[in-house]
Amino acid sequence: MSLIINHVSYYYNKNTAMEIKALDDVSFKIEDGEFLALIGQTGCGKSTLVQHLNGLLKPHEGAIYFNGENIADKDFDLHTYRGKVGLVFQYPEHQLFEEDVFTDVCFGPKNLGLPQSEVELRAYEALKQVGIADEYFYQSPFDLSGGEKRRVAIAGVLAMKPEVLILDEPTAGLDPKGRDDLLHLIRNLHDKNGITVILVTHSMDDVAAFADRILVMNAGQLVFDDEPRNVFANEEYLNRIGLSVPEVTRIMHLLYQKGLPVRQDAITIEEGLQACLEILR
Amino acid sequence: MSIISAKKLAYEYIRRDKDGAVDGIVRALDDIDLDIKQGDFVAILGHNGSGKSTLAKHMNAILYPSEGTIWVDGKNSLEPENMWDIRKTTGMVFQNPDNQIIGTVVEEDVAFGPENIGIPSKEIWERVEESLKIVGMYAYRTHAPGKLSGGQKQRVAIAGVVAMHPKCIVLDEPTAMLDPIGRKEVIRAVRALNDVENITVILITHYMEEVIYANKVYVMDAGKVVMEGTPREVFSHTDELESIRLSVPQTTKLADELRKAGVPMPKGILSPEEFAEALCRLSSTM
Repeated sequence: MSLIINHVSYYYNKNTAMEIKALDDVSFKIEDGEFLALIGQTGCGKSTLVQHLNGLLKPHEGAIYFNGENIADKDFDLHTYRGKVGLVFQYPEHQLFEEDVFTDVCFGPKNLGLPQSEVELRAYEALKQVGIADEYFYQSPFDLSGGEKRRVAIAGVLAMKPEVLILDEPTAGLDPKGRDDLLHLIRNLHDKNGITVILVTHSMDDVAAFADRILVMNAGQLVFDDEPRNVFANEEYLNRIGLSVPEVTRIMHLLYQKGLPVRQDAITIEEGLQACLEILR
Repeated sequence: MSIISAKKLAYEYIRRDKDGAVDGIVRALDDIDLDIKQGDFVAILGHNGSGKSTLAKHMNAILYPSEGTIWVDGKNSLEPENMWDIRKTTGMVFQNPDNQIIGTVVEEDVAFGPENIGIPSKEIWERVEESLKIVGMYAYRTHAPGKLSGGQKQRVAIAGVVAMHPKCIVLDEPTAMLDPIGRKEVIRAVRALNDVENITVILITHYMEEVIYANKVYVMDAGKVVMEGTPREVFSHTDELESIRLSVPQTTKLADELRKAGVPMPKGILSPEEFAEALCRLSSTM
């Protein structure tokens, strides 16, 4: 799998007085098995970009190549592609609609035109992957808790066997334990099943703990494409574009300003602990 | 003086299966005692399903106790003639700003509430102006709410409640659907209500960083209040909080870890600034 985004620009209300450039010459490449985070203030173009990756929008300039093929080509099979690049929208539980959990998860693979036995097998596997117990299978999805509903919705996308999984703020509205559980579940899918993950999020702490690489967007442009550590070194710039750094990094910067010779590149609790212990020894 | 107090408050509801047969009885609130004073900034923490919102709905006479009593500004919610007074005393702000805005222009939306309780129109406009200024949305008074950001919409919703001149505002996860900037704007507006206007604020949230401004925190689990105290007191119990699906702010956690490694950091550190100062003091004495 390779996904190349090459000089993509996109305009809303193109050729009118209200024209807005939502994506401005964005280029990057996603490799097999990466865990990426996409961050940026509301309105920076994240969602527009995500809709491009899933083929819901077509670039006005530039192109997106999946395994070498331009996904905007007339003979490109978008139907199959959308099964391979799965998109979990914000509050995906709002899209549950079937009478029971199992039928709901079957909906995606069924639409791919697979035989019934394969559809059911995939639905079963997907529900197991997200940790939904058998006794819930024939309950109404609306009787589940918020965190469970969300996992069922994610299972619906997993049942399509995506190679790339894009999640738009998957932890919004969950309590701290629910957030943690869900992120570990995603990490597991990535580690065990080799799924490439793109996490759209506002939580810098989640980014620091889970992602290998961050894409930062501002006003339609890609302003950073780097490891979390390197991106978070730019606290002042990030603040200026409405973002922040993890609390641990903020502490390290404060300590440094106070004249303590602390390593400033700590981004997680463990690293912060080591950095503090180093200067106290 | 108490604005909201509760004694042995309990709420039960009957869960039914899809054929309508009784499936079980859920005790969503269990023996809750509360005492909230006029002018307090109270935070209620708890995981999803711990009973926070059920409790909030009792403060506004949307739900009534199955057992025990709740008094809002001295009025017992179980007496039907008190309902309207209670609803005027306590305003509610909900999670999703899109569900709370009905006007096509910001100032009309804010005017909707006072209009409904028969305030003379000159006073309505005074109230609208004043409320929009408190939440920092006066510059947007003629805008269409649909084109505002989430944080701005939520502040308009808060202004709509403020315009009713409540003594107390209950905010049920007002920032859950907002981005970090929107969250900051809303929390700033909420603090202004409390500091400047002296309105009692009850903030329900599961963002730990938002709790540090409160002067009192109640922590709920399985319908019960399991901890109460200042943020500093509550956040010095990291392990207990984690056992009920909550966490402490990252800063507090880092200080905890240092303490476990033998560094005598003070307990209950809440902000990065406090942390940096404490560590500087320690490093100069070592």
